[in-house]
Amino acid sequence: MSQFHEAFFEESFEGLEIMESELLDLDIGEGDVEIINTIFRAAHSIKGGAGTFGFMNVSEFTHVMETLLDEMRDGSRDVTQFAVDSLLQSVDVLRTMLEAARDKADVDEEMVASRYAVLEGILKGEEAGAAAAPVATAATPEIEASAPASAGGASGWVIDFAPHPDLLMAGNDPVRMFRALSELGELSVDVDLEKLQPLTELTPEDLYLAWTITLTGDAAQADIQEVFEWVEDECDLTITPLSGEQPVSEPVVSVPVVEPAPAPAPAAPAPKAAPAKAAKPKAKKPAEAASIRVGIDKVDEIINLVGELVITQSMLDQAGEDLESLAESSPSQEGEAGKANAEILLRLSKGLAQLERNTRELQEGVMRIRMLPISFVFSRMPRLVHDLSSKLSKQIELVVSGEETELDKTVMENIGDPMVHLVRNALDHGIETPDIRAAAGKPETGTLNLNAFHQGGNIVIEIKDDGAGINKEKVLAKAVEKGVVAPDDVLTDDEINNLIFAPGFSTADVVSDVSGRGVGMDVVKTSITSLGGSVSVTSEEGKGSVFTIRLPLTLAILDGQLVTVGNESYVIPLITIIESLQVDRQNINQVAGKAEVYKLREHYIPIIRAREVFGLKDDKRDLHESLMVVVEVDGAPAGIVVDDLQGQQQVVIKSLETNYRKVETMSGATILGDGTVALIWDVNGMVNVHRKKLNRGAVKA
Amino acid sequence: MARILVVDDSASMRQMVSFTLKGDGHDVVEAGDGVEALACAKADSFNAVITDVNMPNMDGITLTKELRGLPNYRFIPILTLTTEASTEKKMAGKAAGATGWLVKPFNPDQLLATVKKVLG
Repeated sequence: MSQFHEAFFEESFEGLEIMESELLDLDIGEGDVEIINTIFRAAHSIKGGAGTFGFMNVSEFTHVMETLLDEMRDGSRDVTQFAVDSLLQSVDVLRTMLEAARDKADVDEEMVASRYAVLEGILKGEEAGAAAAPVATAATPEIEASAPASAGGASGWVIDFAPHPDLLMAGNDPVRMFRALSELGELSVDVDLEKLQPLTELTPEDLYLAWTITLTGDAAQADIQEVFEWVEDECDLTITPLSGEQPVSEPVVSVPVVEPAPAPAPAAPAPKAAPAKAAKPKAKKPAEAASIRVGIDKVDEIINLVGELVITQSMLDQAGEDLESLAESSPSQEGEAGKANAEILLRLSKGLAQLERNTRELQEGVMRIRMLPISFVFSRMPRLVHDLSSKLSKQIELVVSGEETELDKTVMENIGDPMVHLVRNALDHGIETPDIRAAAGKPETGTLNLNAFHQGGNIVIEIKDDGAGINKEKVLAKAVEKGVVAPDDVLTDDEINNLIFAPGFSTADVVSDVSGRGVGMDVVKTSITSLGGSVSVTSEEGKGSVFTIRLPLTLAILDGQLVTVGNESYVIPLITIIESLQVDRQNINQVAGKAEVYKLREHYIPIIRAREVFGLKDDKRDLHESLMVVVEVDGAPAGIVVDDLQGQQQVVIKSLETNYRKVETMSGATILGDGTVALIWDVNGMVNVHRKKLNRGAVKA
Repeated sequence: MARILVVDDSASMRQMVSFTLKGDGHDVVEAGDGVEALACAKADSFNAVITDVNMPNMDGITLTKELRGLPNYRFIPILTLTTEASTEKKMAGKAAGATGWLVKPFNPDQLLATVKKVLG
């Protein structure tokens, strides 16, 4: 059975997510039957699976939830806020239990028991409603109840079996029942043909026969009844002990078990008319039948190999180009040989062009395997917003769009926490309480928009609130106080707003329970930067703020600027570059005989000489006409002086750490078209090393 | 051996049932809900159908009714998988035309015994 556990856990976690999101959609009071049904179904599946695969505690716990949902579904219980909240918390408990089961860990029994008690309490709390409801567990009289009539000691049984004419209709067949009976003992069957119609009047699908069956042996009555279990209400059945005495006139079984004649009507509450609710479109996940699950390591292996292929391809491409220019420059050979060479060259270049195209498509295709819709992250937010808004006594509506936008799985796994932080922040500091909003002439319910879309090679995620916006004066004052900016600095509004990402910056006067303690926006920024992304904010006081996260679609390739320092080529991630320029002597300044700064328009930025960072010989004292790449480090620009600028190109990232070790100034390596290795800069590391050297006085100014 | 259509929205359940039946030599086709199952039933032919009751799109009760309306499926065994041991749920299946039921949780042996009961 254990081979099905993985699938069971996976679908159970999916089920929990469905329960959670549907519970959040559920209105208090009547409750939409369709929604309740969906929640019920998810709980029901978990229960069934858990029971089958041997996770009895999960099964029992889910059973109580299911009972509660069942009563809500058939209308015998109101959908109260308390019940919904309890169910939401139970979903959490269930998740913990399933995780423990999956990891073969111990579960916190006390927590489970207390949650179980709450659910039971709700069920008991409204005795009247509960009693009227056809609670599944309450009604199980069944065979056990009627069993005592059997002594079991008899040496056999006489079974009078008179099926109703329509017994065959449901796929039951008396022959199979006789076969099953024959396994219980010695069988002799007498058929009663009395009701058999003449051939002309016979309906071939009806059953006209009746049987008297004598079973000798010590079979228990319950076993016999089990054979007829499915047809109890489609036949007249009497089972009497074979004792030589007269058969007991009173039928032992027939009536009591099947008292409520199963009229087809009241049975299933499922298709309870769902009027006009169909208008609500539900973007359900596509059927899983069309997908397969593959280990991520297999996918990464392929991505890695495709990366190698891309490198090989670009090497071949370069060789092809070299060959072509060689053919053009050298005097062509005479006659047939020359013609043949030209023809071969043409074939080669055609083939190379095709290889280039196929490789690119292959790479894109493979990358797409790792892509998942951002809904995986977005789906965490409704619950967060729900919980926080009640905690903060705020009314907040969450509007999500672009949730089908795809991005790399690894990026996705790492963007969840920063996003949660930003959402918390927006709810805590952004959106105001209803009374403040009303006083400001805004609707009492605030809106939080989550949006995602592709732009260029990036995914952009926007977190937008219509709250109070950022108080620039407060931010500026705080920034000056913390020494982030000088009091006389002239800053644009956007620059002020983005000061909130500065290290150690936190504007909350009171550390709140919601946005966490001491962990500021700089942590958000750091984690996003480490993914090769960026975050910024625009804000209008009184109207709200928009946080914009920009992330690369994948961590495996990178758009880079090739530069030369010394004899080596390096790659600078394009996303960190603001601009590249030629240094003008007039703008260079020495600060206190220590560091060099460059006046870039209105601002002074530090000059970092790449040669010095790498400890190379640097005899060029005058930087006039040198090339400088302006990069952004921790929100501030810095100019890195390089020897030469080459082209821009997409490179496949190879990890330095796995192949060598971590190097502070480098984030990775790549192989260029000519086969040489180029290191990829970590500009933060570059600046850090520069600062360290500066402090030690190693950098001559 | 028989050709059996297994219908359940839970992949693990479906896999378990299917694996067990295949191990006993049966030919199994899986469907994820009633709608899918009905399409399979129409396109193919089966000796028996085993269906979950609670499913999205089309539940097992409706599926049973629909199947009984198809000429090829009037008499074949249809078993429902119910989690409830309650008479009510079983009878709902019966009323729709199901041959019998199997109560979850069940183990592979119980499943095979029940299948044997309807297929002989």
